[in-house]
Amino acid sequence: MKFQKEKNNKSNIEEGIVKVILFIMALSSVISLGLITFFVFNEGLPFMINYGITDFIFGTTWNPTDQVYGIFPMIVGSVIVTVLAMLIGAPIGIAVAVYLVEIAPRRVAKIVKPAIQLLEGIPSVVIGLFGMVVIIDLLRRISRGPLSEYLPAGYQTGYSVLAGVLILAIMILPTIISISADSIRAVPQEYKEGSYAMGATKWQTIFRVVVPAAKSGILAAVILGVGRAIGETMAIIMVVGNSVQIPIPGWETLFAPVRTLTGNIALEMGYAGPEHRQALFATGIILFIFIIIINSLTLLLRRRRT
Amino acid sequence: MTNQKESNAIIEIEDLDFYYNQTKALKNVSLDINKNEVFAFIGPSGCGKTTLLRVLNRMNDLIPKTRVVGKVQIEGHDIYDPNVDVVQLRKSVGTVFQKPNPFPISIFDNVAYGPKAHGIKNKKELMEIVEESLRQAALWDEVKDRLNDSATGLSGGQQQRLCIARVMAVKPEIILMDEPTSALDPIATLKVEELINELKQNYTVVIVTHNMEQAARVSDKTALFLNGSIIETNETNQLFTNPKEQETEDYITGKFG
Ligand SMILES: Nc1ncnc2c1ncn2[C@@H]1O[C@H](COP(=O)(O)OP(=O)(O)OP(=O)(O)O)[C@@H](O)[C@H]1O
Ligand SMILES: [Mg+2]
Repeated sequence: MKFQKEKNNKSNIEEGIVKVILFIMALSSVISLGLITFFVFNEGLPFMINYGITDFIFGTTWNPTDQVYGIFPMIVGSVIVTVLAMLIGAPIGIAVAVYLVEIAPRRVAKIVKPAIQLLEGIPSVVIGLFGMVVIIDLLRRISRGPLSEYLPAGYQTGYSVLAGVLILAIMILPTIISISADSIRAVPQEYKEGSYAMGATKWQTIFRVVVPAAKSGILAAVILGVGRAIGETMAIIMVVGNSVQIPIPGWETLFAPVRTLTGNIALEMGYAGPEHRQALFATGIILFIFIIIINSLTLLLRRRRT
Repeated sequence: MTNQKESNAIIEIEDLDFYYNQTKALKNVSLDINKNEVFAFIGPSGCGKTTLLRVLNRMNDLIPKTRVVGKVQIEGHDIYDPNVDVVQLRKSVGTVFQKPNPFPISIFDNVAYGPKAHGIKNKKELMEIVEESLRQAALWDEVKDRLNDSATGLSGGQQQRLCIARVMAVKPEIILMDEPTSALDPIATLKVEELINELKQNYTVVIVTHNMEQAARVSDKTALFLNGSIIETNETNQLFTNPKEQETEDYITGKFG
């Protein structure tokens, strides 16, 4: 028969082998995820339950020497820094994406695009260095100068929420720009033509058709940015001061030194005793849950788009 | 051409050449289209019908490296004059595209888009325009209870009528339609054709079609294009029953195209 499958065809066997190898590779990523999750939860969960989940999450004192493990200040630190960084980074990132795709002359886009990619590739420790040298210094001058009367002494070092926010805003820019730019670029030409054909101007077309049509992609970009921001560790440790305290509410918060969840783990894992270690794993669980929530939001949005 | 006809022309095209980069897509096109007339462009694929349509409201400006040589006048104004405001031009020369392209926003917002873009903010006024336009496009009864639903949920035929309503909301003088029914089923096609017949009262319609029966049904005059040139222009029934050129006869009898 003409179209019959050949049984022991060489290319069929090769195909089969390649398939198996690819499957194992795909599986390995799932397995690593499973292993990591298992270890984090295995180490952290029993401790969390023993200690009391609410005491752990809402406790405001973190003092491993006295076996007191409340991570609320770190949760507050992570959330404040991330939210403020998004408030700065997201609008700028979206604006840059719109500019690059719809407005910038090709020559400008040709320079800016690689620059953004490069920014994405800079190791976070290097960005942290930049923050320590430039941003901290600037903030220290401001808080010790004109603002010194209004700020407690501990808030005048420059190591602060604001420093972390600025650094994170810079670090999430490439993510937000590249993903929103992709979704803006994917807006069908027909939409734009439809708009122009009715006598809409370029700006009207951009803000009333292009951006709304790219909305879900832009939202996904922002959410991924949140994920990136909340998980950032090195650069953050270098600029936020890392002291375990809940900042004074109000504008002073900006100058408060804080510690993030990621910072908490990275700073103390090196010397932690057994119980302390478990408490850090439990911190990891909280971080994990944040990330899971954020990623499911992205998935949800992706699904709604199709 | 009699003088009387010339004075009635709302669109006058004279010795028009059009280039995409180095490629000449329109050659020496001259054509007059009268007010309140339905004018059909027919011809084989790639002969330049869409190109000419897009010349008429300068949509080709959006394609880089295109060039227009010759003169195109609408209501006596040279539309390629450097002082022409393209936004105003497109306001009075609306387009319905081959593929229905409603925006991915609500039905209401689609129709209100043009008026809003031109500065109408009053909610009540917008509502009136939307209703009137949707009625004109014979879509009102089908969508009046779901104006806030997304336009992308409409059927293809409804989407195309929505696009027609959207154009009418801007109150243009001229409506350009590029194969407006090519994506529609026969019933939806019929509705759009009926609509075109009504539009004639108030608008000038230029329609591109591959369907010669459609040209015969809806248009007053027809121009046949071949390879970027106009072969013959005439009253539609004359062109189909009594073609002057051999090429026209070959085309309408299906010898090529
Ligand atoms: N954006 C473009 N860039 C370069 N060439 C183009 C472009 N659009 C059209 N052309 C060329 O111009 C010529 C005329 O194209 P046009 O789209 O006007 O044809 P048409 O008569 O509308 O055909 P169809 O009936 O298939 O829609 C074709 O040879 C086409 O390849
Ligand atoms: Mg065409």
